[in-house]
Amino acid sequence: MNTRKGDVDEVLVALADPTRRRLLDALSARPQTTATALAEKLPVTRQAIVKHLAVLEQAGLVEARKQGREVQFSVRPERLESTARWMHGVAAAWDERLDAIKRLAENQ
Amino acid sequence: MVQDRIEREVVVAAAPERVWEIITQAEHVGKWFGDSAEIDLRPGGTIVLRFENYGTHYATIERIDEPRYFSYRWKPGVTDEKPSNADSTLVEFTLTPQEGQTRLRVVETGFSGLSLSESKRAEQFESNTKGWGIQLRDLQEYVEGLAA
Repeated sequence: MNTRKGDVDEVLVALADPTRRRLLDALSARPQTTATALAEKLPVTRQAIVKHLAVLEQAGLVEARKQGREVQFSVRPERLESTARWMHGVAAAWDERLDAIKRLAENQ
Repeated sequence: MVQDRIEREVVVAAAPERVWEIITQAEHVGKWFGDSAEIDLRPGGTIVLRFENYGTHYATIERIDEPRYFSYRWKPGVTDEKPSNADSTLVEFTLTPQEGQTRLRVVETGFSGLSLSESKRAEQFESNTKGWGIQLRDLQEYVEGLAA
């Protein structure tokens, strides 16, 4: 799967907020949860949770499914995994550079 | 969980002063980062990293504490653009002496602050990353040639 930079950017912004990370944790533990149920678990208003869920959905980290009159949210792990891979690539580039620095410093 | 931080470390069998030269002097930096480099070594000074096939990276030096700490801001994967404070990552090198050797640590933070919404930049980043790999193999051969 190809990762567009826009995707990575949106995901990182979405994850930068601690409340959104807690929401993701809560949704991982209990998939198909409504905003109302999440508001009961977290010290945040339902209104704020709806806003945070919109950011997470925009970044492709959660999906919303209409179930009768309510909307249930679940985690979509694919996007999280592709972002983790992108960060891994950035880290791997540093490994290569540090390795080159080491070689240059040791071969004088 | 994805973190907004990359931390990497290597132990170099050389004194911190030697490692300091490699990470701050243009003639050395041009060997491990890009094809050639220019460095105005002062806080606020510019680092220019030229990649023959991909363009030029610019970084702005934040802090210099020879030979212990060196930091700059840049936009990873984005060429021909000078970094602004908000729209960049911070790269920090820390050198710690350790039994005649040097522990060199690099920490890069602030990825979530980057505005990197164009897919063109993603392609550029990916090609840069590949380019570094190829370059470092060349470098390895060069260094081994010197040592032989």
